[in-house]
Amino acid sequence: MAKSKKLTGADIFFESLKRENVEIVFGYPGGATLKIYEKLYDIDFLKHILVRHEQGATHMAEGYAKATGKVGVVLVTSGPGATNTVTGIADAYMDSVPIVVFTGQVPTHLIGNDAFQEADIIGITRPITKHSFLVRDVNELAPTIRKAFYIAASGRPGPVVVDLPKDMINSECDYEFSETIFIRGYKPNYNGHLNQIRKAAKIIAGAKKPLLYVGGGVIMSDSAPELTAFAREYNLPVTMTLLGLGAIPGTDKLSMGMLGMHGTYWSNQAVNNCDVLVSLGARFDDRVTGKVETFAAKAYKIHVDIDPTAIDKNVLVDLPIVGDVKKVLEELKSAMPAAPQIDDWWEKINAWKEECPLEYDMSDGRLRAQYILERLSDLTEGNALIVSDVGQHQMLIAQYYKFNNPRSLLNSGGLGTMGFSLPAAIGASFGVKDKQIISISGDGGFQMNMQELITAVANKVPVKFIVINNSFLGMVRQWQELFHAEKYSFTDLGSSNPDFVKIGEALGIPSWSTDKIDEVDTLLEKVLDINDGPSLLEFKVVKEEMVFPMVPSGGSISDMILERLNPKRMV
Amino acid sequence: MKHTISLLVENSFGAFDRVATMFSAKGFNLHSITIGETEIRDISRMTIVTSGDDQIIGQVVKQLNRLIDTVKVYDLTKNDRTERELALITVLYQKGVLEELKNINDIFRGKVVDINNKSITLEITGPPAKINAAVNVLLPYGIKEMARSGTVALRRGEQIKQPKKELESTKV
Repeated sequence: MAKSKKLTGADIFFESLKRENVEIVFGYPGGATLKIYEKLYDIDFLKHILVRHEQGATHMAEGYAKATGKVGVVLVTSGPGATNTVTGIADAYMDSVPIVVFTGQVPTHLIGNDAFQEADIIGITRPITKHSFLVRDVNELAPTIRKAFYIAASGRPGPVVVDLPKDMINSECDYEFSETIFIRGYKPNYNGHLNQIRKAAKIIAGAKKPLLYVGGGVIMSDSAPELTAFAREYNLPVTMTLLGLGAIPGTDKLSMGMLGMHGTYWSNQAVNNCDVLVSLGARFDDRVTGKVETFAAKAYKIHVDIDPTAIDKNVLVDLPIVGDVKKVLEELKSAMPAAPQIDDWWEKINAWKEECPLEYDMSDGRLRAQYILERLSDLTEGNALIVSDVGQHQMLIAQYYKFNNPRSLLNSGGLGTMGFSLPAAIGASFGVKDKQIISISGDGGFQMNMQELITAVANKVPVKFIVINNSFLGMVRQWQELFHAEKYSFTDLGSSNPDFVKIGEALGIPSWSTDKIDEVDTLLEKVLDINDGPSLLEFKVVKEEMVFPMVPSGGSISDMILERLNPKRMV
Repeated sequence: MKHTISLLVENSFGAFDRVATMFSAKGFNLHSITIGETEIRDISRMTIVTSGDDQIIGQVVKQLNRLIDTVKVYDLTKNDRTERELALITVLYQKGVLEELKNINDIFRGKVVDINNKSITLEITGPPAKINAAVNVLLPYGIKEMARSGTVALRRGEQIKQPKKELESTKV
């Protein structure tokens, strides 16, 4: 045990981060955290990235965490610094991203006094954190930080907030770091129930029309190799959620692509017709199920999840297995008594594939996002790290980019946070050095955290920022056309959009723009070659383009819309 | 159906809030909630009365378990249990009915804890159904004020096998 000596809260803070092997912190200084920043000046074991807005810091931490599997760390001041992190925290909560957010707080004796830059961040973030701590005794600081990192990263990961009153950071104490910390009420269960697993194996082996439905849990538990091996061994079709993409290579014949609202026709048909549905690390989200009563109605449902609350939350299942997908998959593989006989099932699936493939029409010679994404998928051979924003381009990425690897699509799935991509890609770039990092946003989302381009420039991050500009909030426009009497209420950004190339150039970012199909490859190759700093590429695309297929919100697979109802609407 | 849930929580900052917030965030019914010390230092017991079908109650229990401060959750509804609630009821009275009120109080085995020339305060303890019955009888007399403690409950003693095992800590 280390010899006891007088330490300030700020010293303990950094010693704790060191013990957690933190290599990077995304932050923004302020009054309540001055002492920490004073110490940080002389700290060399970690890198501090100065963001331009605290929301950017949380998304960067998420991007870093999603891409690497490590815990992302945020450091902000009290009041507005803390409240600006709220969207990122909510986003991390919905997508189970391990981040620890340190917020400054007014001194303990001023808490509750409406002091300058005071906000009850613990209260504000209570429903959107896995857990949170207010440090009220400097002796509790180190154990609290230990617990925060453990809770954030273990079980079903999630965001943890640690609120640090200014006097806790400033005050001194005799402190000894203890190697052992205990938590009483938190025991994540990693090992699935063996009898349940054996039963599942028997049922899968006897299935005529089995389907694996794979979610983000497979990615974040690093079980993609086990999943791929299992599926290949038994020739099982795999459909993935938005967060599950990359679990099995998109080019693999077993990959069915995404399911759900904008999922492939054949995936959704398979869900509708399968006799055994095996959900692995997915949570039966409403964007996947549509109308729950008709979702996989004929199937025996097996649900593997590390979070017991995910079981029977949205859809009642027949066989729950609470545990780590990685361990369960290993057990499942060795428990399989035989391979299921499913040649007829594959014939059916392939027929659906032929009946209604993913397609788009570019015969009018005007540029479409689908084409850009297809080209990008080819040029990067499905090996890039794609960081998507939210909206039409996000769904088209899921449909057209063939992800070869896990952790290669980062996006805001649960919360659907516009403005996620730009900062998340920057964050990811600090943890991932062996992949091309490509941020793809629409013109709306790009403007939501545009200020972080400055952070990208300041740190010379080699992120390629692609703006797919259709001059509209495209997905909202799509709903307006389909379900809201074509009232394009406040979704037309065209007249007020800035000149994205000039914005890039003002910051010293090499930037290009085109609306020509034959320039797509050249420009993509150009930005893919820039690796010493950020680059920006704007594609001006057809504004009326829609994403199909589409299962309307709350609808059944039989309600699926496959093409524009009235093609004449295309101007 | 009503369920009585008993949970042991860390006696830490915000633990009560987390439980209450979870109920509102998830839209679960919350009929009563009590919190108090236990025989174990640093651990409080909460007694919650909620209602819903099996799926909802299943979720309530799991969501309570999911909270980091929660040490143990028991759905007492399935168990043989003791349930008690305490009510303080102040009733206005006119001349001539004081004896009637005292009779009612005796029937419910209550205590008279305060009296003046206009009102009388009764303390009635028992299962929630008994309190409801007392309230119904007293209503026509004019209840001036009422305070109910909410339900507290325990499993019957013979069901407690290894009371301390579940309180063991995980090394982090």
